[in-house]
Amino acid sequence: MARRTSHTLNMGTGLFVLLGFAALFFLTTQTTNRGLTIGSRPHYDVTAKFDNVGDLKVGSPVSMSGVEIGRVVTIDFDLKDYKALVVMRLDSKYSKIPSDSDASIYTQGLLGGKFIGLTAGGAETYLKDKDHIDFTQSAFVLENLIGQFLASFTKSATPAPEKPK
Amino acid sequence: MKTLQELWNSLHAALVEIGAMVRFLVRLLIVAPRALVRFSLVAEQIYNAGALSLVIIMLSGLFVGMVLGLQGFQLLQRFGSEEALGTAAAIGLVKELGPVITALLFAGRAGTALASELGLMRATDQLSAMEMMAVDPIRRVVVPRFLGGIIAMPLLAAIFSMIGIYGAQLVGVQFMGVDSGSFWSQMRSGVALVDIREGIVKSLAFGVACSLIAVYEGYYAVPTAEGVGRATTRTVVTSAVVTLFLDYLITAMFL
Repeated sequence: MARRTSHTLNMGTGLFVLLGFAALFFLTTQTTNRGLTIGSRPHYDVTAKFDNVGDLKVGSPVSMSGVEIGRVVTIDFDLKDYKALVVMRLDSKYSKIPSDSDASIYTQGLLGGKFIGLTAGGAETYLKDKDHIDFTQSAFVLENLIGQFLASFTKSATPAPEKPK
Repeated sequence: MKTLQELWNSLHAALVEIGAMVRFLVRLLIVAPRALVRFSLVAEQIYNAGALSLVIIMLSGLFVGMVLGLQGFQLLQRFGSEEALGTAAAIGLVKELGPVITALLFAGRAGTALASELGLMRATDQLSAMEMMAVDPIRRVVVPRFLGGIIAMPLLAAIFSMIGIYGAQLVGVQFMGVDSGSFWSQMRSGVALVDIREGIVKSLAFGVACSLIAVYEGYYAVPTAEGVGRATTRTVVTSAVVTLFLDYLITAMFL
């Protein structure tokens, strides 16, 4: 093997390593939602209790009018009133959210993942760090809906009881 | 009785081979820190194993990505969820295809070069000459090639995945008309950092395995023209099998 001049060798190696790290950087920042800014941004945490979170995951988006304003950081089970306790981390940029806003769990698309949608209330006070959202609506669970539908269907199908004479 | 004997013989040979390879690995690892000090030798091998494999890796990545885009689109279209193409392509590339195909190409392109180079050095007594000059050939020749391969592999796999994602984007978005915004945003919400980590762990493991097999086969090649040829063949075959085996193992570990 002919020995290459050390200049081209260094150039080639440097270029390759640079390209490799650029690719790694691309993969970690562009293909995942861990942008460089997340984590260092100022934020505040808000909690909410749900009867059922469905398949809401840690990292699911929290949005308001369809705009992402934060993410779910923890999902825990509250043994006091048997509900799911969800902690949301909201961007401090969106700090003026009325304290009586309500949180509902929605589904992205037909079979997509779950996310929390906040709807603004009318209160004059705003949500602060460690505040609690009282008004919540659980995840839409397909099985429950089908169950309700079947129940109402069978009720109407059975003949009405005869009137007592 | 005779078949049993043959079975034992082949099992015995395989055990000896595995044992020798592991001992060789330990020997390389002991010398590795001292070899890293003379980094110019390693850098030269990064150039040989990495920079020179760049063209084949990039071309393969592009076509694999384009095929993924095409096939993924045809499949996802049936469910009306073409937007998931970005996620499908990115997950497939980052976790599986990137590391595995890179390792297979690496074994074919760089592994064979390493094995035949070392085998020819052995056949032409260059290694013995080094020993006579009190230069440890393991430290001077083998370890830099081994380390160069390990460093080059994750970088090559990352480049492969990146080009592949752009290939999928080219076919999916430009040719098939998937919305560009949902392609990227679905990818971002669908790919987790764990997936990337899995890809990196895999390519590192494949880097160690493929480089080890190449330098082992080359270093212990029978010093004849035929022996060098066989060492080269065995490098590719063993590397491919070990890569796919390790792939299964690491995937199971990350699930």
